[in-house]
Amino acid sequence: MNLELLATPTSWVLLIAGSAFVLIGGIGALRMPDFYTRMHAASLTDTLGTILILAGVIVQAGVSLAGVKLLAIMVFMLLTSPTAAYALANAARLDGLAPTLSKPDPGDS
Amino acid sequence: MITLFGVFLLCLLLITAIAIVREQNLFAAVMLTSIFSLQMAAIFFILDAADVALTEAAVGAGVATVLLLGALALTTNHEQEVKRHKAMAVVVAAFTSLLIIFATVDMPRLGDPMAPAHQHVAPWYLAETPKQVGIPNVVTAILASFRGYDTLGELFVIFTAGVGVLFLLTNSPSSSPSRLPSADAQGLRHHLVPRVVGRLLVPFIVLFGLYVQFHGDFGPGGGFQAGALICAGLILYALIEGESAALLVVPRSLLLALISGGALLYLAVGLAGLLRGGNFLDYSVLLSDPVAGQHLGILLVELGVGLTVTGVLLTIFHAFAAREQRS
Repeated sequence: MNLELLATPTSWVLLIAGSAFVLIGGIGALRMPDFYTRMHAASLTDTLGTILILAGVIVQAGVSLAGVKLLAIMVFMLLTSPTAAYALANAARLDGLAPTLSKPDPGDS
Repeated sequence: MITLFGVFLLCLLLITAIAIVREQNLFAAVMLTSIFSLQMAAIFFILDAADVALTEAAVGAGVATVLLLGALALTTNHEQEVKRHKAMAVVVAAFTSLLIIFATVDMPRLGDPMAPAHQHVAPWYLAETPKQVGIPNVVTAILASFRGYDTLGELFVIFTAGVGVLFLLTNSPSSSPSRLPSADAQGLRHHLVPRVVGRLLVPFIVLFGLYVQFHGDFGPGGGFQAGALICAGLILYALIEGESAALLVVPRSLLLALISGGALLYLAVGLAGLLRGGNFLDYSVLLSDPVAGQHLGILLVELGVGLTVTGVLLTIFHAFAAREQRS
């Protein structure tokens, strides 16, 4: 089985899946009710979207210098993006921004 | 495809610019300015100006944002409403925009080989760089060697800006900020996650800065970009560990030495050319082999640029941060 024959469809699947997550993250950032849920949606773009898109590009690049560089970018993004999301949420929490909670269910308590 | 991407980026740029103008909250405006710079860097990159893109990303999106936030900490977070002269401003802005749009009609098409910029000295640079300088990155060859005078001027503009900021913002450079311990001076000590990740990243950012510095002859990069990158890494360290810890790593005396040392190194390379019987900033006479002399000259000159840029940017950052603690 030719590996290069497999590479293109694999990378396309990864790229489309990553793009879908970025799109979902964008929609979530617009549609979610409060800051924390919006951030949760947006951080999807940073982590899963980035991993999948960069993995797709790495498959295209193959074992080469470009592939190693892309891998380094992926590791960098994986370290920084969740940290930035954490710092943002933490800053909002310290600033006293309360999350919008759903009204408790009458039959729950 | 690349045209479509460029148009998309320009549309985003326009939207961001309008958002910056309309934004009343200055903190949000600073963040939008940072996004604007990143988009600008992407546009520079698809126009094949990798060196400029690197500078824009490091300075515009990285260091300038921190400096603007430092300035913002000294003032209020909210823009004051300006009511006067709105009609006049609209007329002036509309007239200027029409003038600029009118001027762009006469501009040559992007990448047009018959454009005046590509007819004048550019062919000579492209033909002579491999022979006279012998490095692959023609941008570095033009910047550091052929047009070394211009870069010397730029370096002294940065030098002057740094000295000016020092005069304006620093009341007493000798007073150590550790005398005034405040919550801000502690940095992010009590936030574990950003601290751990930040500490992990600082050495890699500085290492990448050094790579950009010394690889500028072969790929995109050089002193300006490297200075901004190293400064960004050190500012990250200052934000994590606090102002005083960063001053322990790079004390003020070292910063002053960096600022003046870099500019003096550039001048010294120029004078060395004079002493060895060539023209000012002629590197070919530095060594017996002209091409090796060019290599050495460019390396030293770029090092001088990198030192001064790092020193000036860090000094401006510390000047803002020290004032923040005083108030």
